[in-house]
Amino acid sequence: MANHSPLRFKNRIFYALVAAGGLVVLMGLYAAHMMEGHGHIITGMNNQIVWGMPHVFAIFLIVSASGVLNVSSIGSVFNKPAYKARAPLAGLLSIAMLAGGLSVLMLDLGRPDRIIVAMTRFNPTSVFAWNIFLYSGMFAAVALYLWTMMEKRMNPWSKPAGLLVFVWRFVLTTGTGVIFSFLVARQAYGTALLPPMFIVMSFAWGMAVFHVAQSSIYEWNEKLLDPYVQKRMKNLMGVLVIAAFYFVAAYHLTNLYFARQTGFERFILLDGGIYPLIFWIGYFLLGNLLPLLLIYHPALGKSRSILSASLLIILGGFSFLYVFIIGGQAFPLSIFPGYQVTSSFGDGAIGLYQPSLPEIMLGMGGVGIAFLITTIGVRVLDFVPHELPKSA
Amino acid sequence: MSKLFALLAILCMCASATATEIYGMPKLDIGKGGQCVADPQWMRKNHMRVLFQQRDETVHQGMRGGKFSLKNCIECHASLRDNSVTGRADSFCEGCHSFEAVKIDCFECHSSKRSSSLVQGESK
Amino acid sequence: MSDTNEMSNTSEQRRQFLKTSVGAAAVAIAPGMLMFDMAHGKTEAVSGKVRWGMLINTANCEDCDKCVKACNKENGLSGGLSPTDSQWIRKVELKDMRTERSLALPMMCQHCAEPPCVDVCPTGASFKRADGIVLVDKHICIGCRYCMMACPYKARSFVHEPLHDQKPDVPRGKGVVESCTMCVQRIDKGLQPACAEACPNKSILFGNLNDPGSEISIKMRTEASTQVRADLGLDTGLRYQGI
Repeated sequence: MANHSPLRFKNRIFYALVAAGGLVVLMGLYAAHMMEGHGHIITGMNNQIVWGMPHVFAIFLIVSASGVLNVSSIGSVFNKPAYKARAPLAGLLSIAMLAGGLSVLMLDLGRPDRIIVAMTRFNPTSVFAWNIFLYSGMFAAVALYLWTMMEKRMNPWSKPAGLLVFVWRFVLTTGTGVIFSFLVARQAYGTALLPPMFIVMSFAWGMAVFHVAQSSIYEWNEKLLDPYVQKRMKNLMGVLVIAAFYFVAAYHLTNLYFARQTGFERFILLDGGIYPLIFWIGYFLLGNLLPLLLIYHPALGKSRSILSASLLIILGGFSFLYVFIIGGQAFPLSIFPGYQVTSSFGDGAIGLYQPSLPEIMLGMGGVGIAFLITTIGVRVLDFVPHELPKSA
Repeated sequence: MSKLFALLAILCMCASATATEIYGMPKLDIGKGGQCVADPQWMRKNHMRVLFQQRDETVHQGMRGGKFSLKNCIECHASLRDNSVTGRADSFCEGCHSFEAVKIDCFECHSSKRSSSLVQGESK
Repeated sequence: MSDTNEMSNTSEQRRQFLKTSVGAAAVAIAPGMLMFDMAHGKTEAVSGKVRWGMLINTANCEDCDKCVKACNKENGLSGGLSPTDSQWIRKVELKDMRTERSLALPMMCQHCAEPPCVDVCPTGASFKRADGIVLVDKHICIGCRYCMMACPYKARSFVHEPLHDQKPDVPRGKGVVESCTMCVQRIDKGLQPACAEACPNKSILFGNLNDPGSEISIKMRTEASTQVRADLGLDTGLRYQGI
C-alpha cells in the first residue's frame, strides 16, 4: 500500500471490471425481459428441444459451484494446509456460481413471475423440487462455512461446517445428475451412471474454475504461487480430468453395447452433424487431450500452461453439456420401436435447434453474475489465499 | 331505529359518492348487472378467494357449475357494448384493478369475453 | 337474550310463525330452487370409480385428419405445424422396418396411471384427476418443461407465444405446458372427447375402463390391444389395436 499511483490505476481497473460484468448482467436481464414479453419463441428452443442454451450455462455453473468446493473440502475435511488457505476463495466462487446458475435457470422459466409457487408448492416425488431445497441449502451451508472460517471466534466450528458442505455438495451434484437419470424414456439419459459422472465432472470443472480465479487474483496482487502448491493442484486437476473422461467413456461404451442404443450412439458420436463435431473437437480434443498435455508434458506445466489448460477444461465442459443436453434431446424418442415413424410433430426426426442471441445473452448473464460477485467479494473481503509460512 | 338505519344508509351512500369523486374511483360498466351471487361489498373484498377456491375445485376435482365461476362473473358483468370485462378504462375487471394497481393474472389465459356472445358469433 | 325463561313464550310463538312461513316459502320456492340447483349447483367431485380411456383401432384409421381438426377446433389450437406450435393430437405414420407394413394412428397424451410427468413436476401442476385424466393445472405451472423431458410419448407442448381469443372453456396461455385433456370440459358435461366424436370410422372408442359392462371394457376383454411402450409399465389409459 506504499505506492499510490499503481493503486489508483488498479482501482480504475477494478471499476472497469465491475462495469463490464454489470453490463453483461444487464444484457442477460434484458434478454430475460424480452423472453418474458415475447415468450420462448425468440429462443431456439421448441417442443422437441425443450431445454437449450440457458440450461447448458446453468448446469455448468451449478455443477462447477459444487466442484470448486473440492478445494475447501481437501483443506477442511482432509486437513491439507495448502488447500485450507484457499478454502474461503473456493466458498466465494461456489456461492457466486450457484447464484449465477440459479438466476439463469429461474429466468428461463416460462413463468418466472411464479417462482414463489416453486417455493411454496412442493411435489415430493420431483427431483426438481428436491433440488430447489438442495440449492438453497447449499447457499446457507457455504455461507455458514465461510463465516466459521473468516470469524476468528468461530474457527473451531469450521471443520464441522466444512464436513456439512462436503456432504451437501455430494448430494447436490447427485441431485443434478438424477434430473437426467430419472428420464426413463430418453435414450441419452435414464442411467444411474449420471450422478457419479456429474460428481467427478464437477471436481474437474470446479478445479479449472478455481485455477482461473486464483491465477487472476495472484496476477492482480503481483503474488507468485508457491511452485509446490501449484504442482500439487495441477496434478490433482489432471487426475480429475482423466477420471471424468473415464466416466464419459463408460457411459458411451455401455450404450454402444446395447443394440437398442446403437442408433443413438451413432448419432451422437458419428453422423449427428454438429453434435459429434462438438463432442470430438470441443470435448475430447480441446477439453481433454490438450489440457492433459499441458498439465503433464515435462516441458510445460508452468503457470501459463496451467491457466490455458484450465480454460480449455471449461470449454470442454460447455462442449460436453451442449452435446449431452441438446444433442440428447435432438435424437428422437423411440415411441414405436421397430417402426419407421413420421408425423407433423417431429416424430422420428432429428430435432432442429439454432441457439438464439437472447438465450446466449441470458446464459452469459449468469456467468456475469458469478463474475461480479467474485470480483466484488475478493475486493471487499479477505478472500485472497494467505500462504502459511511453512506450507511445504 | 329504522330512521337511524335510513340515515346511516344515506350517509354511507353520500360517503361513497364523495369518495368516488374525491379519489377519482372508477365508474365501472357493470354490464347486465342485477342480482350478484353474493353481496357486492363482500364480493369486492373476497372475489379472489372464492375464485381461487372454485378454480382449484374445478381443475382438480372436476366440480363444475359452482356459482363463483369466472365464466359466471363475465356472463353478467361483461360490458354490453363490447362483451368484455377488460380492454377499456371502465371495464368491470380492468377498471378497478388498474385503479388499485393490482395485476390481473386471469386473462392471459382465460377469455375475457362473454361466452354466450362467442357462441352466437361463431355461427354454428 | 340473557333471560331465556321470560322470553320462552314469545320465542315459542316466533318459532311457530317461522315454521309456517318457512314451510310456505319452501313450497313456493322449491321448484325454482331445484331449477337453480340444476343450473348452478356444483357437480360432484370426480371419483376413482371411473377411469376414462380410449381404444383406438388402427385398422380403421384412414388417411384423414378429422380427429386433429376437431381437437384444434374444440380447444382453440391454431393448427400450426411449426416446432413451436402446440399439437395435442397428431397423426403418426408407421412403417415396419422389416416387413414394410404401414399404418397410421392418432397419437396424444396416453393418460398413464403412473404418469412420469406427474412424478417429475416440481410444483404439482401436472396431476392426475381421480378419474384418470392427466392434466396440467396452468395456474401453478412455472414452465420448467421437465414434464416434456419426462414424457415418453412426446405428448406435451409448451406455449411459446402470447395467445389471444382463447375458448372460454379451454383457457390456454404463454409460458406454461399443455397437452391433451381428453376434452375434460366435454367429459364433465357427459360428452365424448372431440376426436372420438369426429372420427368417421369410429376408430376411437371412448369409455370407462373401470366399468366391466362398458363397450370399451367388453371390447378390450375380447379383442387384442396393446399399450404404446408397454415395457415402461405406465399402464396407459389409451390402448391401440393393430400395432
